[in-house]
Amino acid sequence: MKFDTPATDNPIDRLKVVGKPTNRIDGPLKTSGTAPYAYERHDVVPNQAYGYVVGSAIAKGRITSIDTAAAKAAPGVLAVVTAANAGKLGKGNFNTAHLLGGPDIEHYHQAIALVVAESFEQARAAAALVRVQYDRAKGNFDLAKSMDGAVKPPPAFGTEADTRFGDFDAAFASAPVKLDARYTTPDHSHAMMEPHASIASWDGDKLTLWTSNQMIAWSVGDMAKTLGIPKENVRLVSPYIGGGFGGKLFIRSDALLAALGAKAAGRPVKVALPRPLMTNNTTHRPATIQRIRLGATTDGKLTAIGHESWSGDLKGGSPETAVAQTRLLYAAPNRMTAMRLATLDLPEGNAMRAPGEAPGLMALEIAIDEMAEKLGLDPIAFRVLNDTQVDPEKPERRFSQRRLNECLEIGAEKFGWNGRKAKPGATRDGRWLVGMGVAAAFRNNLNEKSAARVRLDRNGTVTVETDMTDIGTGSYTIIAQTAAEMLGVPLDRVEVRLGDSAFPVSAGSGGQWGANSSTAGVYAACAKLRTAVAEKLGLDPAAAVFENGKVRAGGKSVALAKAAADGDLVAEDMMEYGDLAQTYQQSTFGAHFCEVGVDAMTGEIRVRRMLAVCAAGRILNPKAARSQVIGAMTMGAGAALMEELAVDKRFGFFVNHDLAGYEVPVHADIPHQEVIFLDEVDPTTSPMKAKGVGELGICGVAAAVANAVYHATGVRVRNYPVTLDKLIDKLPDLA
Amino acid sequence: MKSFTYERAETPAAATAAFARTPGARFIAGGTNLLDLMKLEIETPAHLIDVSRLGFDRIEATNDGGLRIGAMVRNTDLASDARIRRDYGLLARALVAGASGQLRNKATTAGNLLQRTRCPYFYDTNQPCNKRKPGSGCAAIGGFSRLHAVIGASEACIAIHPSDMAVAMQALDAAVETVDAAGKARSIALADFYRAPGSTPHLETVLAPGELITAVTLPKPPGGTHIYHKVRDRASYAFALISVGAVIRRDGSGHVALGGVGYKPWRVAAADAELPRGAKAAASALLAGAKTSHENAYKLPLVERTLAAVLAQAKG
Repeated sequence: MKFDTPATDNPIDRLKVVGKPTNRIDGPLKTSGTAPYAYERHDVVPNQAYGYVVGSAIAKGRITSIDTAAAKAAPGVLAVVTAANAGKLGKGNFNTAHLLGGPDIEHYHQAIALVVAESFEQARAAAALVRVQYDRAKGNFDLAKSMDGAVKPPPAFGTEADTRFGDFDAAFASAPVKLDARYTTPDHSHAMMEPHASIASWDGDKLTLWTSNQMIAWSVGDMAKTLGIPKENVRLVSPYIGGGFGGKLFIRSDALLAALGAKAAGRPVKVALPRPLMTNNTTHRPATIQRIRLGATTDGKLTAIGHESWSGDLKGGSPETAVAQTRLLYAAPNRMTAMRLATLDLPEGNAMRAPGEAPGLMALEIAIDEMAEKLGLDPIAFRVLNDTQVDPEKPERRFSQRRLNECLEIGAEKFGWNGRKAKPGATRDGRWLVGMGVAAAFRNNLNEKSAARVRLDRNGTVTVETDMTDIGTGSYTIIAQTAAEMLGVPLDRVEVRLGDSAFPVSAGSGGQWGANSSTAGVYAACAKLRTAVAEKLGLDPAAAVFENGKVRAGGKSVALAKAAADGDLVAEDMMEYGDLAQTYQQSTFGAHFCEVGVDAMTGEIRVRRMLAVCAAGRILNPKAARSQVIGAMTMGAGAALMEELAVDKRFGFFVNHDLAGYEVPVHADIPHQEVIFLDEVDPTTSPMKAKGVGELGICGVAAAVANAVYHATGVRVRNYPVTLDKLIDKLPDLA
Repeated sequence: MKSFTYERAETPAAATAAFARTPGARFIAGGTNLLDLMKLEIETPAHLIDVSRLGFDRIEATNDGGLRIGAMVRNTDLASDARIRRDYGLLARALVAGASGQLRNKATTAGNLLQRTRCPYFYDTNQPCNKRKPGSGCAAIGGFSRLHAVIGASEACIAIHPSDMAVAMQALDAAVETVDAAGKARSIALADFYRAPGSTPHLETVLAPGELITAVTLPKPPGGTHIYHKVRDRASYAFALISVGAVIRRDGSGHVALGGVGYKPWRVAAADAELPRGAKAAASALLAGAKTSHENAYKLPLVERTLAAVLAQAKG
């Protein structure tokens, strides 16, 4: 099915199942601990051996010798894989560094060996016996010192490195009110609950991999390419994923080394990355240095917006696209953005929840707060004043839906913003300095083609198969809701099977495109099945109404199951997209509100309450969507207040590479959170009229928190995370 | 983890004798720290002697009106003991500020005192660390040092002692009771228990090899208001950036000890004497001779301001 004109009325609009707050259909498996995650697939293949990864002890250089004799001789050891014996390996399209390093080392903790043994403990003990000599090379690990050498990268993710519109320089120079400030965001770790984990099993030259992966088809392709085998010989199975956040968009060393280890040992091998290896072995959100220049008239109209961002990555990597949202968020006739990319020898930078927008808005939405203060305007009024309903660079191109102002205004009312004193540092609650902050949330909507197969059996059960993944987001449930709505059956008549490369290729989970795209694919397959059902039952497909387990047309009503009485009916289809996303700018919007308390004596910062108001198209399952947004708000609070991968600029690695050192919020850090979704449909996105929320939810959160800290204390921190050491010297004097 | 042998000792004498007999032995109690370190091969004992069944699991009154806390009393049990809560509130508060409920259920009194630093370079076996591998150097100096010591450190080591419990015990003038392989018992003031890193940061306490902690004693209740203020980046389950444990009497006199600043809970007699004069005076006595990096210099004003908060709270 091709989606190339805005959606009109369709069966989804009945909203009997879709749009209802619905418990996860996979919830009982999760809460009872029986959802089968990759590392625990003891059932799928017998005789599994254990692999343990050895990571490089240096960040850059060469292995001069690697002695595996002691490891091989250790009890229980079956095989030791290194680059020297792994055979010729390629590199996946989505990987920057090689997943198995050696002799050249590209980053710290790059995998250089896998020890396979009968037990996990034996593999781990033997891994410690691998003796490696290195020739350490000088690396480049300091982004701030690399800014001058940073280059203009090629377009990434559809974003040009440099854009200019109007005459920014002249407009900024002549603006009566100006801001020119520098902000930094640190490297972030996905820190998902489930580590990267895989079980590999070979049957002749065919590989099956039970793994934890967001993008099945990408990863089949990359695994085949890396191993130099046909794609048809690789099967990936990833039905349950304990969090991804972008860290599992690609195959990582666990998957490749499980495959190589299984080949070397001649039996299935399972590999999980231990927590201390995850930070430096896999990917992270790269740090940024951002310069923002804003110029405005004295009455608060922005005349010039400039946003530049510097980030770093390994050679061949890409920039963190932190300026992307600035091209679209606020009106101004004169604008420029620029990205520069430095070559750093730190581990591989890559996507993490709302790549680009999340760190970009961390900076931009502080800048907007600062500018509002310079203008003597309320930060909400300032944003509303500079709203745009068109793409500022292409005024003929309208937003399909843009209700940012409503999000801000409704949120202001619900949050009690209007009682806020404009002056910072003016509100006390005992020892706490109290402040409120706000920020806009913005994330583009992406549609990706997505296919599904739907089967109706004689019992009236509908089975949906697609390689879509559920990374904890609720994909199972919204797909079941979609099929139930389309075929007029209750939710419990729908079975959903996901995450298997044997199923039709879906959009996968990333870029918050999963919900709308994957359900649109299911819509297409169900539409095809509806036609087949009607024809089988001798009903007019165009007139048939699917309801309450029956199909009705022309005064006739037949049980749906009847259509499969003499054999299953199967339909498969893919949703593809025309150019509506070019005709319209499709984006999601929101407003984040936060109240913090800052201990006047110690500078300790604690979030007191949070609110998000989101406008993101049709909300397919308000309960799952709310979970997505409160999870994202939590992650944003972490980014605001504690999350930072500390770089050792001498040795080139992230020092705090475990969950004791890389702090994320605990329950005690997160108080009352409220989420409001505006009632909205966007007929330009798909027949589902939906968009994504999982990344919108984090966009702007950190700035709302940082702005609240400023409002509480009068101390502006422009370098994240906002920790007490950055406030302590500027807090009120001791009494 | 390296292979090791294990035995459970039934008596203190059997435990110390087993230690003397077996090269590379370590005592194990709750195991909340040692097992993690063994998995990472930071600790590689050849033999473990389980001392958790030696009967040191009671809290008893002492003749001088104080308490004797058995070495194996679990942190949870210690924090919830009625006498501790009534007379040594500082200790109860420090205990519940540390770790998590699950860890406190396993962790013991003696084990808490002997837990090792959480310096990330100590934990990464690829990095030089004089504490983990004597003579290899210190990667923390000149590296990521936001959490490291500002006082009492050396050219060889800037690690801090991570315990909350020990800070309270230091402020409460606790002493450590031990027995050695010859059956000789001694009591060591907690103030004398930890060794300065100097050039031998791998030697962390004055315990002789095989010397076994049997109890921690507290003198008679000090009275006053008991406050433990632990400052951290998140609300719970994090080691202290700094902490202040204090007993403040109505007249402004009292005792104070700091966590998160050095290789041991930091207590200075002269600082106690300055308490009636306020936070600035006491903090400058506590931190006299402090040396900071640009990353941990914030700890000095933070100590003073936290102490001021504690003194204000004590006043009510």
